[in-house]
Amino acid sequence: MVLQFKPQGIYCPAGDFYIDPWRPVDRALITHGHADHARPGHLRYLATDIAVPVMRHRLGDIAIDSIKYGESRRIGRANVSFHPAGHIPGSAQIRVEAGGEIWVVSGDYKTTPDAISTPYEPVKCHSFITECTFGLPVFEWPDEADVAREINNWWAANAANGQFSLLGAYSLGKAQRVMSMLDPSIGPILTHGAVEATNEILRGQGFEFPATHHVTSDLARNKYPGAMVIAPPGALGSDWARRFKPAATGFASGWMRLRGVRRRRTVDRGFVVSDHADWTGLNMAIKATGAENIYATHGYTDIFARWLKSEGYNAEALTTEFTGESVSGPAGAEESE
Amino acid sequence: MKRFTALYATIDQTTKTSAKVTALAAYFASAPEPDRLWTIALFSGRRPRRAITTTKLRLWAADRADIPLWLFEEAYPIVGDLAETIALVLPPPTRSHDRSLTDWIAFLRNLDSADEETRRAAVLDAWDQMDADERLVFNKLLTGGFRVGISRKLMTRALAQSTGQDEAELAHRLMGDWTPDSTTFAKLIEAPDPEAAQSRPYPFCLAYGLDDGPAALGPPEDWRAEWKWDGIRGQLIARGAAHFVWSRGEELMTDRFPEFVRATDFLPDGTVLDGEIVAWDGAAPLPFNALQKRIGRKSVPKKLLAEAPVILLTYDLLEEGGNDLRALPFAERRARMDALVSGLPDEAPIRPSPLIRFDSWDSLAQIRSAARDNRAEGLMLKSAASPYHAGRKRGDWWKWKLDPLTIDAVMIYAQQGSGRRANLFTDFTFAVRNGNDLVPFTKAYSGLTDDEFRKITAWVRRNTLQRFGPVRQVTPEHVFEIAFEGIAPSPRHKSGVALRFPRMKRWRHDKPLQEANTLDDLHEMLRQFG
Repeated sequence: MVLQFKPQGIYCPAGDFYIDPWRPVDRALITHGHADHARPGHLRYLATDIAVPVMRHRLGDIAIDSIKYGESRRIGRANVSFHPAGHIPGSAQIRVEAGGEIWVVSGDYKTTPDAISTPYEPVKCHSFITECTFGLPVFEWPDEADVAREINNWWAANAANGQFSLLGAYSLGKAQRVMSMLDPSIGPILTHGAVEATNEILRGQGFEFPATHHVTSDLARNKYPGAMVIAPPGALGSDWARRFKPAATGFASGWMRLRGVRRRRTVDRGFVVSDHADWTGLNMAIKATGAENIYATHGYTDIFARWLKSEGYNAEALTTEFTGESVSGPAGAEESE
Repeated sequence: MKRFTALYATIDQTTKTSAKVTALAAYFASAPEPDRLWTIALFSGRRPRRAITTTKLRLWAADRADIPLWLFEEAYPIVGDLAETIALVLPPPTRSHDRSLTDWIAFLRNLDSADEETRRAAVLDAWDQMDADERLVFNKLLTGGFRVGISRKLMTRALAQSTGQDEAELAHRLMGDWTPDSTTFAKLIEAPDPEAAQSRPYPFCLAYGLDDGPAALGPPEDWRAEWKWDGIRGQLIARGAAHFVWSRGEELMTDRFPEFVRATDFLPDGTVLDGEIVAWDGAAPLPFNALQKRIGRKSVPKKLLAEAPVILLTYDLLEEGGNDLRALPFAERRARMDALVSGLPDEAPIRPSPLIRFDSWDSLAQIRSAARDNRAEGLMLKSAASPYHAGRKRGDWWKWKLDPLTIDAVMIYAQQGSGRRANLFTDFTFAVRNGNDLVPFTKAYSGLTDDEFRKITAWVRRNTLQRFGPVRQVTPEHVFEIAFEGIAPSPRHKSGVALRFPRMKRWRHDKPLQEANTLDDLHEMLRQFG
């Protein structure tokens, strides 16, 4: 097998490296910078040039090498290349070829385009290790333009009522994606420190977002009436969030497709914005690889694998320590999308 | 329908009461009258009958979505709501519609008489005209499961805001067994209607639980105490030559309790009594499970009538000689009530619930501790000066219940909740020890915090031994203190007991499995309190 499943993570014996390992290893190829994929403690890292700055910011002084999308590199007896996954800026699917056999690890991916990530590209392979965070037929995403309109209408209505709009979005990827959907003519945009730190790094790489104001303890909130405030989900309901009064609260996540989850979050509004593929996206992507063997990781793996089998694939559910976009979403899950 | 769907979504989406009332008032001010009437009906639990079995709906939806039925069934518990699961799996609509809520309800009711193929075609056609939000509402109507996160009281407030009518008067008008077929918006809300008025009960005055004891209530002489009975709260109405029995849930129970057929022989025209319907052994109430046998029966066999005859233990007089007494102080109403019922002969199915004399809160606490001996579950405290409020109002009526019975039990099965609790394990089965065996004896769903539910959910996922459909057998490890209000023998259960209102009082992290209670302990409780 080109790739094997070990306690440390997904392993390539031909190249003696791991992909997104969850235990410390010598050589780690990383699909993207979210904390359940890019963990600390490895000796050497490899990621796309776009993903590297955020990883440095999050993991500190690590030994990291970069690679461009589509560039091929020989590691041991394996040929490796990284391909756009459309999940967040710099996110990649990793293609590994050894002994004439091709495997692809999807990492997290999204098949529809957005304003900030390099669009997903299908990669032909024999075996495909796919995430399936939203691998159920109830998860179909609305058009991004429709959701953008919903968010902007909500923001404008809140602003007209003299309320802040407090929107929960993960600090890497989701927050910037939401910012790219906002209409800055409605009002000012304020950001939580965790969001602004990521903004700064991405702006330094040439990404363009609407102007934002970092919320610090001496920020004069009364100068920003009706502002949109973007914060990690964990900060909603905290002392930090209570300074914005009166406020309407919202949360941007694929899970907002389900009323039950939205109500448990006790936010006023849920917006269906996900960085993962929906049901249709997953099925299209899998078909496009031409792969016969499919391994389903993080999500409804058992159900999804059973579905793929009924569609004629050799499919198997894998147990991994990836968390994807966490449904329960306590503060600790903030990193997971 | 679009207007109604938008209203439903707004109410569903906000956690703020004021926003719900505002949205509803705006709806009442703008919707056509028949839709308003149906909205009032739906929001007060008057749902149309289920038009199609849910089994059929699942099949049709899976078929239309081009997915196997098993996949639909797997998705359902994760979504936590059948109507929503269907709404989400269906492909996008190919066209739209502009039919009203009333129109769609008529459409549903027409399905009643149609054959299956016609129904199927009609439902698929309807789905194909609706977006996901509309489908959700439509499916909820279709499955007879329509509920909404707004209390009746708030709906009445919104209606008062939009019509400019008095809220209490409206609450009274909305009581009773009207349906949108039997009335119109104008008749129900605006016009005088003597016929409906004859049977109409008053909105029930409800009490809050007294958690910290009565010391803060002020001087004891300002208060009246009664036993809190474990029966069915009801109003007995005698008006004209007819009588009516209403439950607190506004169900007309007249036929269910033929004992009251002679009420008009004993009560003067224009009398409304509030009280507790209990099964009666001639001197005291029977345990609740005697009454339970009569609940849900539309007609009562003779044998049961003889075994568990009911009476009304009355504690309030709401109407006398046709006059509404609700504004009078409780002490005054109670005195009039006593005068009215104390002279009744023994065969009258009406007894005053006795006032309990006490001179200090301490002596009342003593009396309360003997509630079980009196077949009561605690005390009611009512301010002597209080009017009869419509609905729940803090301050004048309190229920001071006995502390619940408790037992330490082991969790052995877990199941996911639905709706707000979808994806969380919230429904558990508990067992007591019996030698090396564990004997299941109760289920419980409530009592833990959201955080505890999250923790136990993560634990259940890692400690599942076996799955039986949605039910997971888990490693017997965690001990919970189960609180309950009563215990009765039950031949239908393996443990031989049935509990009343079981819930999880505490997660006993400190107790190992070996310290959970035993089946013998449970049977001892049955002997003592059953």
